Amino acid sequence: MTEQVLDAGEHHAPAANSGRRITVRPHRARSGLASSFKTPLWHRVAERTIAVLALAAIAAIALIFIFIAREAVPMFWEVEFAEEVEIRDLFFAKEWNGYDEPVFIWQPVGEPAKFNVVPLFVGSLKVTLLAMLMSVPLGIGCAMFIALYAPRAVREVVKPVIELLAGIPSVVLGFFALMVLASWAQATFGFHFRLNAVVAAIGLALTIVPVIFTIAEDAIQSVPQTLNEAALALGARKYQVALRVVLPAALPGIAAGVVLGFGRAIGETMIVLMASGNAAIMELFDFTTSVRTVTATIAAELGEVAQGDAHWRVLFLLGVMLFAVTFVLNIVGDLAIQRLQKKLTAES
Amino acid sequence: MTKAHPHRSVFLILAAALAASSCTSGKSREGAEGSEATPQTRASSTLTIKGSDTMVILAQNWAQAFMDANPGKVLQVSGGGSGTGLAALINGTADLANASRPIKDKERKQLMKRRAAEAQEFRVALDSLAVYVPAANKIESLTIPQLKKIFRGQTTNWKDVGGEDRPIVLYSRENNSGTYAYFKEHVLDNEDFAATAQTLPGTAAVINAVSKDVGGIGYGGIAYSEGVRTVMVAPPDGDPVEPTMENATSGKYPLSRFLNIYSADEPSGIAKEYLDFVLSPKGQAVVEGVGYYPLPREATAAAE
Repeated sequence: MTEQVLDAGEHHAPAANSGRRITVRPHRARSGLASSFKTPLWHRVAERTIAVLALAAIAAIALIFIFIAREAVPMFWEVEFAEEVEIRDLFFAKEWNGYDEPVFIWQPVGEPAKFNVVPLFVGSLKVTLLAMLMSVPLGIGCAMFIALYAPRAVREVVKPVIELLAGIPSVVLGFFALMVLASWAQATFGFHFRLNAVVAAIGLALTIVPVIFTIAEDAIQSVPQTLNEAALALGARKYQVALRVVLPAALPGIAAGVVLGFGRAIGETMIVLMASGNAAIMELFDFTTSVRTVTATIAAELGEVAQGDAHWRVLFLLGVMLFAVTFVLNIVGDLAIQRLQKKLTAES
Repeated sequence: MTKAHPHRSVFLILAAALAASSCTSGKSREGAEGSEATPQTRASSTLTIKGSDTMVILAQNWAQAFMDANPGKVLQVSGGGSGTGLAALINGTADLANASRPIKDKERKQLMKRRAAEAQEFRVALDSLAVYVPAANKIESLTIPQLKKIFRGQTTNWKDVGGEDRPIVLYSRENNSGTYAYFKEHVLDNEDFAATAQTLPGTAAVINAVSKDVGGIGYGGIAYSEGVRTVMVAPPDGDPVEPTMENATSGKYPLSRFLNIYSADEPSGIAKEYLDFVLSPKGQAVVEGVGYYPLPREATAAAE
């Protein structure tokens, strides 16, 4: 279904697109391979090879998952682990010695060590949500402007520059957020924490905007020119065409960009490690507190622990859970996109 | 078009894991540069040292001086934290571990279990763990109980300890840090840090954060104290003491500690040569150059 829509764009408006496209995207060519004439042998060999390579990717993912899980699951039967940590304390609040109420605490060094993963996931989701709130409107807005409104000269400057943003190493963005953004944000908004979820989210947004922009812009470009022209011929204004014709038609592609951006955001490590302050505070609604994300925790602590330790197992459990969260969200996103596509193609 | 995404974000997790591993090894310096080691001599002339971030600059200076004096020998020094160094010693990926805290019993046992080796401790320098506030904060001294309440999150305003009316912002170290462990043991009596304590990778990061935050307070090795003020610290039943060399050497300053190097079993070969160099007057001169305190005479004599 996807290919039909996209290919239609390719066939009907090759002249309009040829000047803009810099790279050739292989997935466009894929459906073109299937042909009615008799396939030569080397074609079939090539197809098989490609199929094997594709399966290798799946196998790699499965293996990665298995190897991460293998380090985590012994916690459920190991005696050494049970001596140190109770499984339920990983997920539920507990009233520890010296505290007056049940608390969610991540304090992996100490007697007893406290490994509650909830504040870490709260931290990750807070930063990711905030970053998405900033980057989705910005990315889509940019894409619409560049694809539909911008004069050629502007487009040829702005588009590569935004895509260049994706090429900035995250450690550089993290450093920028840590040294410059944090001071500016504290001076402007008077945050109690100099390093907090907002600062980290701004840093993150800088990496996600190009992801969303690139894919959304592609999707908008791929909307058949005929739709555009038909709407204009019926007397629609340019903004009406943009909002009511092009945007809905490009929505599945844009949604795909958003899903990809989300995956990038929740998996990003360096920026949050540097700019979020890394305090595991259990606070759901205040976005100006410091946060400790799952990824930053793994990055900061995995180097320290002895293999097979309780701490080691919990860190791998965090990895497994992060893996699962991203996987489920991706599948949900994918299903939503497919449903959207069906609806759109049925209408047209 | 849509089908490719789940895989790509899965790779992002992989990337995160890679970042995790490179994060800890990224600080290793290019020890091989300029050395004349031939492949045959390399195995016996290469030493990997890992551990405390507090000691990383010190260890790099030692390694440089040692390599200058012994051409052909290669030392690789990296940081990551005392826990990281000891974990590397246990896992067999480092020959020596720098640690700004004593080894734990658990780590001793793990070393015995995994490598059938006894951990050997060498005290190599003296440090005063300093408490830092921004230059603008006029507070003179804090007692250990006050520090405990501050870092436990029970005292949250500077006016409660004799300062201005301003909320306190806590800066702590990552929990793989020996400095973190030392502070937790000696100041917090092994109770937990407040959840609001921000954890930063390395003393330099703490100093930088404190210097930029008017309400900030942090702690770290004495050699780093630039751009911030160190506060005098009073033991529970005594007068405020400044973290100077005399006070550290005499044991008056309540938060002075030894910096250690650990080896698995008695060091031999290049590891022994390196340790002898570290404890020699030349090696101890390096300590002072970096900003820590050389070992008191008796301690050096005892080590030899």
